[in-house]
Order: sequence, then structure tokens, then C-alpha cells
Amino acid sequence: MTATIAAPADTGRPADQPAAVVLEQVSKVYGRGPAAVPALDGVSLRVAPGEFVCLVGASGCGKSTLLSLVAGLDEPTAGRIEVAGGGTPALMFQEPALFPWLTVAGNVGLPLRLHGVRRRERQSRVAELLRTVHLEEFGRRRPHELSGGMRQRVALARTLGMASPVLLMDEPFGALDAMTRDLLHDELERIWQERRLTVVFVTHNVREAARLGDRIVLLSSRPGRVVWEHAVAVPRPRRIDSLEVAGIAAQVTDRLRQEVRRHGR
Amino acid sequence: MAVDTSTGATTLTGLDRLELAGKAGRRSAGARLWAGTWPKLVALALAVAIWQVVYWLQWRPPWVLPDPLTVGTELLRMAGDGQLWSALATTARRAVSGFALAILIGFTLGIAVARSRVLRAGIGSMITALQTMPSIAWFPLAIMLFQLTESAIMFVVVLGAAPSIANGVLAGVDYVPPLLLRAGRNMGARGLVLYRHVVAPASLPAIVAGLKQGWAFAWRSLMAGELLVIIAFRPALGTQLDQFRQLNDSVGLVATMIVILVLGIAVDALFGAADRAVRVRWGVAEPTR
Repeated sequence: MTATIAAPADTGRPADQPAAVVLEQVSKVYGRGPAAVPALDGVSLRVAPGEFVCLVGASGCGKSTLLSLVAGLDEPTAGRIEVAGGGTPALMFQEPALFPWLTVAGNVGLPLRLHGVRRRERQSRVAELLRTVHLEEFGRRRPHELSGGMRQRVALARTLGMASPVLLMDEPFGALDAMTRDLLHDELERIWQERRLTVVFVTHNVREAARLGDRIVLLSSRPGRVVWEHAVAVPRPRRIDSLEVAGIAAQVTDRLRQEVRRHGR
Repeated sequence: MAVDTSTGATTLTGLDRLELAGKAGRRSAGARLWAGTWPKLVALALAVAIWQVVYWLQWRPPWVLPDPLTVGTELLRMAGDGQLWSALATTARRAVSGFALAILIGFTLGIAVARSRVLRAGIGSMITALQTMPSIAWFPLAIMLFQLTESAIMFVVVLGAAPSIANGVLAGVDYVPPLLLRAGRNMGARGLVLYRHVVAPASLPAIVAGLKQGWAFAWRSLMAGELLVIIAFRPALGTQLDQFRQLNDSVGLVATMIVILVLGIAVDALFGAADRAVRVRWGVAEPTR
């Protein structure tokens, strides 16, 4: 692995500052021998506590692979991943991934139940989590009785219930209509600030990245590498349709297209 | 903080109301029961009417093909007589114990094959192959192995039902959506805990379907068994069929057949209701309105 110069891993932060998530030269190869597919190649990334980092990239940049590795659902082929506190970061998917056999409250309560939280305490914590996502009236409904945006909020409440300081989100709003998505951006921003979470947010929507992120990290495709970073200086609250956000989105888009063109030659 | 939470929350609630509006309420339990029952009653009346017409047309002499009224009267008489009940008890006991044994073996087999790659390659396809074997074809061997005993009947009932149940379990475990497994694992569920909280409930619809099919096979195998394996002084429904035929008692024969049919339908309806309940809970099927 001598090609590491290709990854400008310098984030402008000294390495001895505390970090919530550290990735050092992380590679992931699927399969073996001539059929092996490299998904990630020497990715290095430091996420500070309380930081909101958006990962963007075209198809095949290994965004989802990266989150799986950080969430401990998969093992890296090479490199080191460290999560402060050592726990499993909570992961949220593009689909709500709710369990259809459980009620909304049952879904939100499952991580608590798996961690041995007693029924009494569980009930009050589930109620509080549902209040956080404005679904306190819907605890007894089944997931299929809710709309897509509501289901995703249940999923968010369930993920928050894991009480992990690090929240990993894999295109969580990708399947929602624009209005619902904008409202959920506000909600997520509020929850992130209230709970002082560290968020790693994967998206292919550059405007969403500019709306939400403290920092945008661009990954190259096949294999994924960190190729560009941008600290978003726009003060919050931001609007997705504001000029500043659009300007940053345009920059990211240009850089992203440049990256995709490399594959066209 | 800077984000205006109150209007955001109100907008969200507004969207929720809009999106959930227009979902119609359900009718009362009584109305739904009646809506499901009356077509069946009409179909039954029609079947009895056709039977009566065939009888009137004298397609077969009355001592071979009796009329509905005579058979109905005989059924009532049998219901007041101990013999039918003791036959029914034997058959029911065999059905329950045979099916229970089939569930035990089917679950063990299904889980073992689902978990082990070697077992799957070795016997996975054989389970389905076993299902295609008509259960009655097992009886000559079963009688050789166990003589004319209950064990011979149990053997065939289990062979008939266990593969369906194993297949149901296998299909259930195989088709657990990977996303749900990932979600469960991310919450910290591993091994048996993952099975208890994710794999088992996610497999439930396929398992119920397997049980339903397994029951159909078990019931058929049992009736075939009771016709072939006749144990002295132990009346059973299938045995009774054969006795009535030997006595040329077509009224008793048809009456017994009706008992067998009704029993089979009733148990099948139970499984059907369970299947439906699971699917409605999951949102896969619409509840009957």
C-alpha cells in the first residue's frame, strides 16, 4: 500500500485532539484472488466529538461499506477503526428497517430491551423518544399504518434509543418527498444539537450535505478514497434553498463531476 | 436554539394528519363474521340441493346413494351414540400426537438445515423430494416395519407432515430480510438473541404456512392409515369408513365422511385464521372490513 499519498487525509486537525471516530488507512476488499473487488482503499478520517460530517460520493464509492465497518457489522480488510467509548455506534438505514411484528413502541423499545432495561423504565424512555420525534400518539400503531416519513422518524427514535454518542446515517432521507425531508433535516439538526451527538451522514444529495454538515467529505469511486474535504462555514440555522447552501452544493457537485469524469476516460 | 422547533413540529404533525387521512374504519366484529359466513352457507345449501336432485333423479339406487335427510338423521343418531365419539377420540388423539411429533421433527430438521451448509447441500433438496411421495405409498413399508400398530400410522403421518413443516421453517429463516438482520445486529442482538428477537418472528408467516400445509398432509396420511392399518377393538374414523363399506351401510359411510370433512375444514380454518392474523398484523394483507 504505497499509494496512500493519493488520499489527502489531512483534515487540518492535529492527530492528538480527541476524536469520536477515527479511521486509519481502512481498506475493504470483497472476495479473493482475481475476482476481488476493492470497495475502500486506505480511507483515513477523523470525526471530532459533536461534529456533523457528511460523506458524499458517486455510486460505488463504498459509502455504505464504510458505515457498516464503523458500525461493526463488517470487518475491514486492513486498517484501524476506533470509536470513542468503544461501543457500537447506532446505524440508521435508507429504509426504516422497522420490525413489522412489533408496534411502534415495541420497535423503539427493542434496543432498550436487548440492553436489559426493565419494562417500567423502558416505557417512560420509549415515550420520551417518541416525543422527541413528535410521534407520541402513535406508540400503539403498527409500522405499516404510518407514512414513509413517520416510519423513518420511528427508526430515528429507535436509533436514538441505543444511546450511542455516535450516530451513523446511511442516506436516511433518500426515499422521502422533499417537504418531509426538509422538515426532518430541521428535526435531525435539533436532536443533534440537543443531544450533542456525533453524526456521520452518508448521502448522494449534495444540497442535503451542505444543509446539514459541519464538514463535507468527498469519496472517490471504485475504490473509495477520501479525495476532497470542505468545511461548511454557513451559520445555522440553514435553509436548503438558501444561496449559501446552494453555492456550496455547486462546488461539491463540480468536484464530484470531476471525480466521475475520471472514470469516463 | 436557532432552529424554530415549534412551527417545525406543527408542520410535521400537519403532514402526518394529511398522510393518514382517508383510511377507513373497520366494521364491527359481528358484521365481519356475517360477511364471511353467509357465502359459505349459500354454497353449502347449494351442494346439499345438488345432492338431493341427484338422489331424486335415481342415478344410483337409494341403498348405494342415500338422500341428505337420511344421512342427516343418521348423523344425529350417531352423535347420541358412544361409538362415533370413541372413534373420533382415537382419531383426534392420533392426529394431535402425530402432528406434534411432526412439528418436533420438522422444526429440528428445518433449523439444522438452515444453519448448516453441509446439511443444506446434502438433504435440503431431499426434503422437497420427500414431499412429492404420496403418503399412502409409504404404508406397505410402514406395515412391514411396525406391523399393524399405531406406530405404523404415526410413521406415515410424520413422514407426510414433517417435510412441509421443515420447508416452512427453512423458507422462513432463508427469507428473513437482510436489512432486518443488520438492524438487529446493530442493536446488539447476536446468536440466540438474534434468533429470538428477529429471525423467529420474521419467519413466522412462512412457518404458519408450513404448519397449515403440514396439517393437510398429516390429516390425509392419517385417514389413509386408518383405512389400511385396522387395529381390532379400536374404532377410528377411517376404520369406521371401511367397516361401513363392508356392511354395505352407505348411510353410515356418508355420515362418517361428513364428519371427516368437517373436522378437516375446521382445523384448516384455524390455521387459515392464524395465517391471516399474522399477515394483517404485518400489514401484508388488508383486514376484512
